[in-house]
Amino acid sequence: MILHFLKLEWKQYFRSSYWGKGLALKILMVFFALYFIISFLSIGIGGYYILKKEFPDQDPLQLVNSFLAFAILGDLIFRYLMQKLPVMNIKPLLILPIKKSKLVHYVLGKSAFSFFNFMSLFFYIPFSIVLVKEGYNSNGILGWFFAIFFIIQVVNFLNFLINKSNIAFWAIALLTAGLVAAQKFQLFDVTVYSQQLFDAIVANPLLAVIPLIIAGILYYINYLQLRTKVYLDDAVATKTKEANSVDLSWANRLGDVAPFIKNDIRLIWRNKRTKTVFLMSFLFLFYGLIFFDNPIYREKMPAFLLFAALFVTGGFTINYGQFIPAWDSSHYKLLMSQNIRYRKFLESKWFLMVAMTTILYLLSMPYLYYGIDIFLMITAGAIFNIGFNSLFLLYAGSFNRKRIDLNKSGFSNMQGTSATQFLIIIPLMILPILLYWGFNTLIGQNAGLIAVATTGVICLLFKNYFMDLIEKKYLKDKYATIHAFEQKS
Amino acid sequence: MIVSSNITKKYGQAEVLNIESLDIPKGQSFGLVGNNGAGKTTFFNILLDLIRPTTGTIKNNNIIVNESEDWKTFTGSFIDESFLISYLTPEEYFYFIGDLRGMNTADVDTFLQQFEELFNDEIIGKKKYLRDLSKGNQKKAGIVAALMGNPEVVILDEPFANLDPTTQIRLKKMLKALAEENDVTVLVSSHDLSHVTEVCERIVVLDKGVIVKDINTSTETLKELESYFAV
Repeated sequence: MILHFLKLEWKQYFRSSYWGKGLALKILMVFFALYFIISFLSIGIGGYYILKKEFPDQDPLQLVNSFLAFAILGDLIFRYLMQKLPVMNIKPLLILPIKKSKLVHYVLGKSAFSFFNFMSLFFYIPFSIVLVKEGYNSNGILGWFFAIFFIIQVVNFLNFLINKSNIAFWAIALLTAGLVAAQKFQLFDVTVYSQQLFDAIVANPLLAVIPLIIAGILYYINYLQLRTKVYLDDAVATKTKEANSVDLSWANRLGDVAPFIKNDIRLIWRNKRTKTVFLMSFLFLFYGLIFFDNPIYREKMPAFLLFAALFVTGGFTINYGQFIPAWDSSHYKLLMSQNIRYRKFLESKWFLMVAMTTILYLLSMPYLYYGIDIFLMITAGAIFNIGFNSLFLLYAGSFNRKRIDLNKSGFSNMQGTSATQFLIIIPLMILPILLYWGFNTLIGQNAGLIAVATTGVICLLFKNYFMDLIEKKYLKDKYATIHAFEQKS
Repeated sequence: MIVSSNITKKYGQAEVLNIESLDIPKGQSFGLVGNNGAGKTTFFNILLDLIRPTTGTIKNNNIIVNESEDWKTFTGSFIDESFLISYLTPEEYFYFIGDLRGMNTADVDTFLQQFEELFNDEIIGKKKYLRDLSKGNQKKAGIVAALMGNPEVVILDEPFANLDPTTQIRLKKMLKALAEENDVTVLVSSHDLSHVTEVCERIVVLDKGVIVKDINTSTETLKELESYFAV
């Protein structure tokens, strides 16, 4: 039976849309994965020496031990937000001749191997190895490592128990915040106890059995709870959210693009992935902080500052614009069979991008703090985003041939990504940077900014002309797009 | 109303549709039947200019469908769930389609009143998104949206599938009335022979993309169809 389950897992993993991607994308993702693994590993390996150097009078292991309490609480909060028990997977198995207890063991057992449980091991394993190499008692470290390993499992199963209740979450969040505050104001120092506890495990490696027993008990409680709930109207229920209808009648003033704009606003707000894109664009506002403060960029590489300036106001335009019209892929046929002018559909997307860029530009006012020249740069970037980038992204969108499932989650979801997304970066980012760099070196900074802004203004002036071209391109590709959007990956 | 000539559709070597000529006069209720893969949906998709025929043309009220888009103003259709916008509530969906068809909110509300019975209190005001409705209720919403804005041509693919018996009966009445009283050209496809024979004055049987029967419905039609399909 276990073999059957393993086979299912194997197929689920390798047949998921995750792997059905182009080669370039796969290579890129492998690079990303390697990057993260290597950074974790290097923190694990180098962590000991860094701590030793920074705090020469303290023992690195004891230092880590004293903060483990916070690491565990943080892990629990993170999991509460991100990790759910994958019960839905067993729905198709419910009617097969498999005992329900087995299914529950399968779900719970599977969760013990989830990614969340292994992430931090990339740190703990190399850290333990370094400790042994540095002459710590190897039995003690082994016990310490296993204790942490089992505590991760405890957190795993504890999370599933408290996941249903908001109160538990706030209790833990408050506890963590309280401990941090108490620490800060020197009322109560939890790190002392945390350190004593884990030091005791190093001294007495057999104590690692205690978290193992707790993990076992929690597993069993989970099992008892879930065992009685494997019903379609209980644990395996499809959750539906109540619709929240916000009054969007103010949009009616925008004339005949209004129905599309209302639709787009709902699209963005009611689907996970688009919502992530929307909220992320506000994070991009802070992108400039990394660059503008750094004198190296200011003096030697001002072109990079423009790169940051473009992102400050362009977060939404770039992230949303690059997937037009794939956001509407699931109902593309409807749009094509309705009495609409394609132009209106495109205009509404354009309006959204311009409106969001304007809002982000207004929110970027505080950058005046870094000086008027930085703010002028952001202004030039915003004009370029409005004039050139929104139109260019609409045009580039006509090459999008990948369906996007709106209901899938937003984080690290690459659905809809193809070579197009990589190619468009060139004119989007490189062109303004080259423009700026050229005029900046030849004439001066202001000339560079004027060149970038003028390009934007010119595009804006000829917007109707370009829109005509874009519309024609979309109409020409209509059948290919309809066909492509029908292909589910 | 609908004149199709020499329509063929090929995917590589495989020919999925080959209809020499098919004329559907205004106000006719027209049924398309055939087994899976017979080409029913392909024909509707070509008629709606969603896919291009390999050869031939279709005219909808003298407008060649892939040359002008003017036919869209008087043609309502529902093919499958991809005609629904999953993240809207049914009301918002109706208002959206209404907007495109020149109806304001009040028009849409009056229009929807006549379907109160059909909706059976499960669609309007339920605070649910279309994606969370049952298959049957999704279909109801799609069909009703296809009837918005007084279309002269209504195209429905498999309208009876997934509907409850009461709704099936109501829908049959509605479609008949549309053709008889309002002179609307109604095109439906179905796997259910008795429903089609009840609704349609004319039934065309497709098999592997070719018309094999073209029947004006009479009392014997159901038997004739049943014996044809009983192989």
